[in-house]
Amino acid sequence: MTRVIADGVHVDFPIYHGNSRSLKRTVFAAASGRLQADARQRIVVHALRDVSLSLGSGDRLGLIGANGAGKTTLLRTLAGIYEPVQGRVEVEGRIGALLDPNLGMNPELTGRENIALRGLYNGLARPAIARLEEDVHDFAELGEFLDLPMRFYSSGMIVRLGFALATAIRPEVLLMDEWFLAGDAAFMDKATARLEAMVREAEILVLSTHSLAVVTQWCTRVVRMDQGRVIDDGLPQEVVDRYLGVEQAADPAATVAVG
Amino acid sequence: MSAVQSRAQPAHLLLLQSGLTVGARQHLALADCRDAVVMWRLALILGWFDIRLRYRGSLLGPFWLTLSTAVMVAALGILYSKLFRMELHDYLPYLALSLVLWGFLSTLVSDACGCFTGAEGMIRSMRMPHSLHAVRVVVRNLLILAHNVVVIIAVYAWFDVWPGSVFLLALPALLLWTVDGLAVCLLLGPVCARFRDIPPIVASVMQIAFFVSPIIWKPDLLQGKAGALMLLLNPFYTLLEIVRAPLLGAVPSGPIWASALGYSLALWVGAWLLFARVRGRLAFWV
Repeated sequence: MTRVIADGVHVDFPIYHGNSRSLKRTVFAAASGRLQADARQRIVVHALRDVSLSLGSGDRLGLIGANGAGKTTLLRTLAGIYEPVQGRVEVEGRIGALLDPNLGMNPELTGRENIALRGLYNGLARPAIARLEEDVHDFAELGEFLDLPMRFYSSGMIVRLGFALATAIRPEVLLMDEWFLAGDAAFMDKATARLEAMVREAEILVLSTHSLAVVTQWCTRVVRMDQGRVIDDGLPQEVVDRYLGVEQAADPAATVAVG
Repeated sequence: MSAVQSRAQPAHLLLLQSGLTVGARQHLALADCRDAVVMWRLALILGWFDIRLRYRGSLLGPFWLTLSTAVMVAALGILYSKLFRMELHDYLPYLALSLVLWGFLSTLVSDACGCFTGAEGMIRSMRMPHSLHAVRVVVRNLLILAHNVVVIIAVYAWFDVWPGSVFLLALPALLLWTVDGLAVCLLLGPVCARFRDIPPIVASVMQIAFFVSPIIWKPDLLQGKAGALMLLLNPFYTLLEIVRAPLLGAVPSGPIWASALGYSLALWVGAWLLFARVRGRLAFWV
């Protein structure tokens, strides 16, 4: 049973910029009572506030919202990278996360070596890793580049490799950030076919994007976020219409930009 | 779609909860370590790739490590045997061994500081056991040590001094080093990720430790009761000695082992408590 549940999730980001990160400051602050209050007042970004979601097999959720609304943080939290300071996250099923284009791959290693690392991370045995290599090779169409260090890749190549890799291990829950849309048109067609095949097998997709067209095309449900909160949740067309309605009321020119 | 199916694994369940008790945190930290053990092959390969990358495109590859150690041992050995008026035959094997072992300890400690900050890309793009990064650092340093052992063997062969079967006593000591190395990573890794000025402090402590511990000078230069006590209280000396003495054909004394074990125990307890406390926050710090 594949499912994703978030229950009243709060995630706070401490910002340790410059001085507050230094040991000196902390020690001095502890030594003098007057500064203590100052040091305790860390700057914290409330990245997610009371987010609750429940997804089951076959759900394809689109996350929309302005930059900094908490979409990527929510994906990272569902992937188990960030742990909530309050609330509960429960994900049943093998997670595949396409969060940033290089996917934690080492740019100094070749594509093939990075594939092998990913295979080991997923607990694959040697023959399965060889099959994985072949599958990614066929899909990403990198040719000779597969044996070159990834820092020589174009950003499109990195996207292709990342996408091929993350979908080849066939996650049951795919968490995807919008960067993968950077692929060229021909690749997008292939990617769409592959992703659709995956989602057809009753898996869960959570996709964060700015493109309303993508949301209406791919998703069965849309959540709109603003400042770390869920402010709208429903069928894609409804949420998008309400979103555009708000935008239109605020600025009639905006529809052109998002449409 | 041709896809590769993961090997049959038990149901994947990710459960993240806030407001954990101390006991629950310990439990999660234990699970983290257990997951890292399951992924031991990944840790081995990561450690090996680290070394291979550093020397990719170079002629000698990782054997540059061996060569640079050999040059340093030869230069220092000849100079210091004159300074300390010691027989080269007596001093050089001691120095070669000490320098190689100390090199391992000090690199391990300085790598431990960057254990998590250096793996930022991986930590922020997928969930993996944090202790895996500690294993990676220890594996990398053990592999470097293996390359440097060649120098020790060459020096032994040159002077035809062999420790005899006593050297087997170094094996349990090396095992202790490995476990201590993991603990150092779990202790210094989070602290250095949170406070960015710890690594320079650690580096200067290690440099001072190099000079105050008998590494280029022999412990018997420090005489009397006070001298012996000073040595026993120095964790760097006792930990070094439990490996070094057997490889020089001597049995480390009981107090030396007791001191090494005592310091190790303190290190483990500290590392464990810290790691269990901050494990969930690490991703925000790197």
